[in-house]
Amino acid sequence: MLPPAARLAARRLLGLASSSASEAAARRLAPSPIAASSYAAAARGSVSSSRPFSTALNYHIDSPENKPDMKWEFSEANMKKVKEILSHYPSNYKQSGIIPLLDLAQQQHGGWVPVAAMDAIAKIVEVAPIRVYEVATFYTMFNRTKVGKYHLLVCGTTPCMIRGSREIEETLLEHLGVKRNEVTSDGLFSVGEMECMGCCVNAPMIAVADYSKGSEGYTYNYYEDLTPKRVVEIVEMLRRGEIPPRGTQHPERKNCGPAGGNTTLHGEPKPPPCRDLDAC
Amino acid sequence: MAFLARALRQSNSRLSSRCPAVAASCRWISPTAAAGSPEAGAAVAPADPELPPPREPVGGARVELPPNPEDALEVFVDGHAVRIPKGFTVLQACEVAGVDIPRFCYHSRLSIAGNCRMCLVEVEKSPKPVASCAMPALPGMKIKTNTPVAKKAREGVMEFLLMNHPLDCPICDQGGECDLQDQSMAFGADRGRFTEMKRSVVDKNLGPLVKTVMTRCIQCTRCVRFATEVAGVQDLGMLGRGSGEEIGTYVEKLMTSELSGNVIDICPVGALTSKPFAFKARNWELKGTETIDVTDAVGSNIRVDSRGPEVMRIVPRINEDINEEWISDKTRFCYDGLKRQRLNDPMIRGPDGRFKAVTWRDALAVVAEVLHQVKPEEITGVAGKLSDAESMMALKDFVNRMGSDKVLCEGNGPNPPADLRSNYLMNTGIAGLEKADVFLLVGTQPRVEAAMVNARIRKTVGATQAKVGYIGPPADLNYDHEHLGTGPETLVEIAEGRHPFCSVLQSAKNPVIIAGAGLFEREDQDALFSTIETVAKKFNVTRPDWNGLNVLLLHAAQAAALDLGLVANPAESIKSAKFLYLMGADDISLDKLPEDAFVVYQGHHGDKAVYRANVILPSSAFSEKEGTYENTEGCTQWTIPAVPTVGDARDDWKIIRALSEVAGAQLPYDSLSAVRDRISTVAPNLIHVDEKEPCTISAEVKPPVKQQVSSTPFKTVIENFYMTDAITRASKIMAQCSATLLKK
Ligand code: SF4
Ligand code: FES
Ligand code: FES
Repeated sequence: MLPPAARLAARRLLGLASSSASEAAARRLAPSPIAASSYAAAARGSVSSSRPFSTALNYHIDSPENKPDMKWEFSEANMKKVKEILSHYPSNYKQSGIIPLLDLAQQQHGGWVPVAAMDAIAKIVEVAPIRVYEVATFYTMFNRTKVGKYHLLVCGTTPCMIRGSREIEETLLEHLGVKRNEVTSDGLFSVGEMECMGCCVNAPMIAVADYSKGSEGYTYNYYEDLTPKRVVEIVEMLRRGEIPPRGTQHPERKNCGPAGGNTTLHGEPKPPPCRDLDAC
Repeated sequence: MAFLARALRQSNSRLSSRCPAVAASCRWISPTAAAGSPEAGAAVAPADPELPPPREPVGGARVELPPNPEDALEVFVDGHAVRIPKGFTVLQACEVAGVDIPRFCYHSRLSIAGNCRMCLVEVEKSPKPVASCAMPALPGMKIKTNTPVAKKAREGVMEFLLMNHPLDCPICDQGGECDLQDQSMAFGADRGRFTEMKRSVVDKNLGPLVKTVMTRCIQCTRCVRFATEVAGVQDLGMLGRGSGEEIGTYVEKLMTSELSGNVIDICPVGALTSKPFAFKARNWELKGTETIDVTDAVGSNIRVDSRGPEVMRIVPRINEDINEEWISDKTRFCYDGLKRQRLNDPMIRGPDGRFKAVTWRDALAVVAEVLHQVKPEEITGVAGKLSDAESMMALKDFVNRMGSDKVLCEGNGPNPPADLRSNYLMNTGIAGLEKADVFLLVGTQPRVEAAMVNARIRKTVGATQAKVGYIGPPADLNYDHEHLGTGPETLVEIAEGRHPFCSVLQSAKNPVIIAGAGLFEREDQDALFSTIETVAKKFNVTRPDWNGLNVLLLHAAQAAALDLGLVANPAESIKSAKFLYLMGADDISLDKLPEDAFVVYQGHHGDKAVYRANVILPSSAFSEKEGTYENTEGCTQWTIPAVPTVGDARDDWKIIRALSEVAGAQLPYDSLSAVRDRISTVAPNLIHVDEKEPCTISAEVKPPVKQQVSSTPFKTVIENFYMTDAITRASKIMAQCSATLLKK
């Protein structure tokens, strides 16, 4: 009989062996390194979704659409916004603008920031490019590889997970026929995962980042109280170009109030006894 | 025990100068500290109420309290009162009290990051343990470093650090000198509770010098801070977050800094190690010899680690006045040049043009015979850029005895300003540069000519926003500077007060002018130096309390050669030479040398000049001999032999001494001390080792200069930082560096 720790370790090892085998298989299948990494990430995620693995690589791999020597510039309209953003910060602390600028670049570039964009931002805020890379890799909401026009982010944190976010994600992946962080062949959708977005009252939920209309028409909407059926409907509406009603999808709920209206606390609240001056 | 010896040798360094790696090894390891499980440390209360006796400051450091008592404060460390200057951190206060606090991210020469948490101590009235490296000491603070709370905190941090650290010490090059190893022995628990898989990280390619095993990284960010703050190349960064965090460059990029090797020393674990040294030796097999570097005129203090007859690696030693605790990549990695292309035996070129090995007796006899056939004024001696003072003295005495005064050192130009020491030294001193607030660099690119001087300038610029004006060809200086112009006209403009930079100089308190030794080679050097002096006079650069007029020399031998008076004009001496004695001189132009001249090459490497030599006399390299060198600031230092000489080679001065006897003009010294006695009569400053003999300012006594400055722009003096002398040219690593790092 092995001691418990050793048993556990042995089990882990088995898990690792199978996951690395599937990774290797994924790599063989996938031609481009980017795809390989996302396969690998997906494979890892499926083996043990409880293990905290970051889904994106923390280093850059050249690909035809993402190379440091490519030219990238803010559009004219956005250049105005850049000026606006920078005006919020003292001129010797321009680097404070890195996050809003990365966000703007991400909107302009269809939902992800290529290295060339990061370099352009570094030039604007007058820091070394690595300082921008550091920020961009730190925040998981900056995508550094291609995403779909509609980037669907499933909340995977505890409350949503208890309320069924895993089924939501599985349904989405199955419906779209992709793996996590992979883009559908029509370039329309991609599914990602993120942590609690503060919407746990109406768990489970997804956020949809809409990059289809550039940075002007950019929206970022929450769809709450989802069921696997409803989430498919939402996807189909998006595909048709409609905008599904955002917020809770529960027919009887208003915002984040209780479904079916309030059941308690109907009347005026009674004052606490100590404040009932007449009674004294 | 090697580390104890190292610690003892380091013990006279100042507090601010202590190297954490060394400190880590001289820590007191108390047997009670790590007893039992992580909880046990917390459960056992300190038994005896008696205080242990107070300790000496860590590493025997001296603490200089500010003169004004208001600027000092008192804190209590483990019950003992210590007085410290204001602004010290808790960690520094503990060091003054003689308690060494474990640390990973803190480094005395880098900014404080406070992200490893290894330095936790207990402070009375504070609810949690505090990170001592980032906490300023406050008056009356009661710091406790060995209470159960502090011990448990350290054990906890250690457990977390070891969670993701691979257990590959047996195959890790840092093994035996690893901070993590040492500190987990001293402060860690004897078990961990982590049973998950460890993470792994992709290795990065940082170039031919630094090997990375990124899985071992503990995210202390020392390397990132070093690259940003000291080396001035913002390439490294901390990417990602949480357990996915890794050090890297994001876009693959080599580390193109001349100081990149230092990240090997500051990395507390084996994540960044030396690529050329990988798997070559374990550090406890090595014999350390404390010596100095001769690849440039800085004279960085180094330790040569050798195993048997082989130099295995070179690491820096602390010298606050010269190199602090960094060295350049050239210094660190040139050592493989010491093993390649060496000259082993005396050789004579036969009539077929091939060299034939002969005995010393025959070789010297041949040289002596030729020597007697030429006229005295046709004898020329040239010392190379790596020569030590002893051999230059011997060469000069010998050539003089043979009746010639044509003896010179390469790199000193046609008419070196050898009359006044202050005319060819860095009068401010390297450490003194930190007091400057304006720099004017004239025809010098310190980054390639003297990387450590450049690091000082960068440090000063970073610390005090000192302004830098630069006159010379476009250069890549790694700090903010103003490129004023490319040629002497700009200098003249400044001297005449017509240049906008004059206002900057005018308002400076401690202006510094650094002129490159490359100017020595110019035709108009007298005029140039007198213009520089005009500038100096005009802007108060030389005053009784401040001498900011500096010359930055290029080669290790230069200063001593000028002290000893090896100042003949190279062009004329070479043109008229029938007997040329090259003592390691490879870079002197031999185009004008008469066809029938007889060339003796005495040196350690088969380098350029060997092609023209008729006789080769093998000599020892700097790692194999005792020699005196004077660096650019006039500080005299000795090399100490680390390894035996190669083949039949001999020390330079001994060869000349032997030759003088065969030639019938015997030099009157037989031992090193006798040579040094002789040197003391010529240049007594070369006898006072590790001291800087100050030079007096007496620019007034100079004769007026009639020369005109020419309009030729200044040239780049060193084209390839990595290959400047016989040793570095023979080095494979340096060749790799020039191939990969210098390509545009
Ligand atoms: S590589 Fe070394 S120096 Fe750099 S963060 Fe990691 S452990 Fe620290
Ligand atoms: S857990 Fe999903 S929004 Fe909070
Ligand atoms: S040394 Fe203090 S936190 Fe790292």
